[in-house]
Amino acid sequence: MNTPPHSFGKSVFELMSSMRFAISLLSILAVASIIGTVLKQAEPYNNYLIQLGPFWFEVYEKLGLYDVYQAFWFLLILAFLIVSVSVCITRNAPNFAREIKSFREHVTEQSLNAFKHKHEAATAHPPEALAASAQRYLEGQGYKVKNLPREGGVLLAAKAGSWNRLGYFLAHSSIVMILIGGLMDGNLIFKVQQILGYKKIETRDIPQSQVPAISRLTPSNPSFRGSVQIPEGSSADVAFLNVADGYLVQELPFTVGLKQFRIEHYTTGQPKSFESDLELFDHSGKKIREATIAVNHPLIHDGVAIYQASFADGGTRLTLRGWNLFSPSSEYFDVAGSVHQNTELTSAAGKYTIEFTDFRPFNIENMGGEVQPAGDTMSVLGGSPVSDKKHLRNVGPSFQYKLRDARGQALEFSNYMLPLELDGRWYLMSGVRESPNDAFRYMRMPLDAGGDIDSFMRLRGVLLNAALRPEIAARFARQALPENAWNTEIEAKLKFSATQVLALFAEGGFQSLGKFIEDKVPAAEGEKAAGTYLRILELTAFEALQIANRQNGLPPPKIDDATGWLVRDTLNSMSDMFVYGAPVYLQLAQYDEVKASGLQLTRSPGKNVVYFGSLLLTLGVFFMLYVRERRVWLRIKPGHALLAMSSAKHTIDFEKEFLRHTQALDTLAK
Amino acid sequence: MELALNQPAPLLKRLSWFDWLFSAIVAAGGFYTLSRFGEYMDIYEKGILLTAIPAISVFGWFWKPFRVLFIVVGAISLFSISQYQGSLARMEEAFFLKYLISSQAAIMWMCALFGLATLSYWAGLLSRSEFTLKTASALTWSAVAMGFIGLMVRWYESYLIGTDVGHIPVSNLYEVFVLFSLITAMMYLYYEARSQTRQMGAFVLLIISAAVGFILWYTFDRGAHEIQPLVPALKSWWMKIHVPANFIGYGGFSIAAMLGVAYLLAQRGILATRLPKLEVIDDVMYKSIAVGFAFFTIATILGAMWAAEAWGGYWSWDPKETWALIVWLNYAAWLHIRLVKGLRGPMLAWWAVVGLFVTTFAFIGVNMFLSGLHSYGTL
Repeated sequence: MNTPPHSFGKSVFELMSSMRFAISLLSILAVASIIGTVLKQAEPYNNYLIQLGPFWFEVYEKLGLYDVYQAFWFLLILAFLIVSVSVCITRNAPNFAREIKSFREHVTEQSLNAFKHKHEAATAHPPEALAASAQRYLEGQGYKVKNLPREGGVLLAAKAGSWNRLGYFLAHSSIVMILIGGLMDGNLIFKVQQILGYKKIETRDIPQSQVPAISRLTPSNPSFRGSVQIPEGSSADVAFLNVADGYLVQELPFTVGLKQFRIEHYTTGQPKSFESDLELFDHSGKKIREATIAVNHPLIHDGVAIYQASFADGGTRLTLRGWNLFSPSSEYFDVAGSVHQNTELTSAAGKYTIEFTDFRPFNIENMGGEVQPAGDTMSVLGGSPVSDKKHLRNVGPSFQYKLRDARGQALEFSNYMLPLELDGRWYLMSGVRESPNDAFRYMRMPLDAGGDIDSFMRLRGVLLNAALRPEIAARFARQALPENAWNTEIEAKLKFSATQVLALFAEGGFQSLGKFIEDKVPAAEGEKAAGTYLRILELTAFEALQIANRQNGLPPPKIDDATGWLVRDTLNSMSDMFVYGAPVYLQLAQYDEVKASGLQLTRSPGKNVVYFGSLLLTLGVFFMLYVRERRVWLRIKPGHALLAMSSAKHTIDFEKEFLRHTQALDTLAK
Repeated sequence: MELALNQPAPLLKRLSWFDWLFSAIVAAGGFYTLSRFGEYMDIYEKGILLTAIPAISVFGWFWKPFRVLFIVVGAISLFSISQYQGSLARMEEAFFLKYLISSQAAIMWMCALFGLATLSYWAGLLSRSEFTLKTASALTWSAVAMGFIGLMVRWYESYLIGTDVGHIPVSNLYEVFVLFSLITAMMYLYYEARSQTRQMGAFVLLIISAAVGFILWYTFDRGAHEIQPLVPALKSWWMKIHVPANFIGYGGFSIAAMLGVAYLLAQRGILATRLPKLEVIDDVMYKSIAVGFAFFTIATILGAMWAAEAWGGYWSWDPKETWALIVWLNYAAWLHIRLVKGLRGPMLAWWAVVGLFVTTFAFIGVNMFLSGLHSYGTL
């Protein structure tokens, strides 16, 4: 190693300032950026684990691919880019500055003769006279001209479009500026603090006030981008920054209170505006200002911009009726809860926790099935761009909860408050699913003439009541058989069958019946048997309804279509009950809505640097692309003139201009 | 001697009476709009309107045919609006509206005219018929006029649906595809006049026809021509400048890619005698990328400024932003290679063609395959 040290430094300098290096960096940057658009960024780490498997999960994590744009190596590329472009500028700027000023007046006649674009003309005018008229001409064409006496005549040195070089300078310094501005707004400071051990990401799900100081950032933090959700009537003095698989608590220089959050809708049901009425207080509790923010209309206070980012439920209070689905009784019990809170539930089937997750005051559903393409050809050609949104309807409030059993297993439910009309009849709907990726499966409970599910619940109770089965079977047999068959063996057999069908159904719905037929009846007669059992089930259920009404002091059910459907729907719904997954149905009786507004709070000192850089970039790009740098020389000797022209870019426009100048010279020289 | 070398006269002295008439019409229209609707506009919208007056004037002086286009589009649009008499139902009744100049009818005429123009350009190119090529240019001009009338009337119709629904028609994929066709066609017509050759139209009109095909499929299969109210995130004056600027960029890149194809064919001797000289194709290709790049730069900066106001940060590495950056880097590299290294020829033509795929992905692909904040234009 006897290479002199300065040579290494010089070759690094050479490399850094070369365009090839800059272009390579830009290419790497582009490829790296693509990764971030293909792999969803900043998702919960569990999602990645499921998606990638444990091995690749760790590889990706090491490479920082879950937050590519803040990854160490990505920032390193940006840093290299800043250095490379800066070096490139410092290397070229002095040259360029000279070029801008210089008229290149030292050209010799010999070198002019070597130009590709040159033109000679004979002239009778004295050199000074021709020089004067040529100078006027060139100045008229936008050139700056220098008239230099030369041996035996004159040299005119002219230049135009020097701003092109300025454009280069502006565009490239602007890139450096934008990158520096961007880094100022990134989380570099935190990264350094994290490496040095001053700060740590919080990954536990604990109340904000218990987060230790090591995971908190003070209000003096120069740049951050965090979010916070504030329920109506509450306030917040911190924001949360999502970092990797955890978060940081950013203390704010003020307290934000939410007075009210509003959503407005178009007549078609699409959201039209989201607005929050905010109040700002200083830390002593004194109100500083009041403002309403909306999407596209943030509030900027003390260098912190507050944006309307999202909305959610802020803890709506729910009054519920709990129905024990597998109890013979048809009484409900009261349940109270709030969204984002848990309620304990003890039932015969064990202990459960209800975790209320959300409440929605409206649900716009597409009730028209498939969206119809817009009619026939003619109606589109001369057609109307007015949309037909009749199939969209608000189906009213719904609430969501998870029901977690003693073992920690949870199912997710979504229950509508108001009944929905399906196939001409009305039902209360309750949806259930195992995981957020599934669609909800719905259990539909039929309404009675009074618009309640009480009849359904009563009939369900009677059908599940083993003690009532003999009576139901007896009533059914008497109804089914002619009087002369009463008290015969036939009646006893029919009673037995009816009891058996009821018992099977109460055990597991249609599935139990089906399984029984599969096991006990020869395959050839299976279908016939199924039909018979179904008929028995419906008729016994009708008798059960009679008993249910009698028990509750109601008149006997009318024998009509409505009753028939009530019985049939009840049987369907009961059968679904067995796969519903919960022993309890929660019916929403009343609610007291509390909304929450999701705010984003940012402080970005680099913004103005980036904007100024952007302005320079725009100017630079236009100068570089639309100002053409040209130089013209005219060497005039008695009787002879030589015109030469040069430009960095030999475009068609340049050729045209050269032609124009040669013609001008010919005219002037004449 | 001096007479033959008249210096270029100062700009204002070069203007004809028609230039002044044009500017007077633009100014009158602008100020009338301001006085009539000013109370419904915010300060930025007033700013955009007032800036538009000199901008359109100067653009008309700079590119003379634009004056005629502007006046024709304005006059017919106003006539169309008067036919509505404030009621959308008139669309089905009034003859002119039903068959010609309701927004949807006008846009369908635009589609038809672009199709005819494409055929004519190819016929003219293959038969070397200057007359057919002139017809093709005229058809393209008419298509542009019809398209702009369609957008203008659509703007008005959106307000007839509801005053809170009304908005400039650049808000969804259907509307921007119409805008794309129009801007690309106009940019092409400008270069056609400048380079005094019409043969390149055969190639440029192909990409416009592709856009038209998409518009038709999108209309008939998806009913996408329906006017939808704006989601809150789009309710901003930024949309009025961000979107059109972007489409000047996309238009420029598309023209360049099609000329890249023409260049590569001509270079291999295919259609070489019918197409203009390679240098001319190359020159127009460069100019389209230059203007596209300049406006794409502006559009991306405007987008960042809008994002700072709507999403809480001027740069969020949202897939659309990231792909805009990739497109920008791609053409920045293209221009560097050409301007600094002075490279010409088939390599740059290939690159321009490939660039169109990158651009198309940024324009449509991101919305189809990647999710993000920019999900207004989903298919």
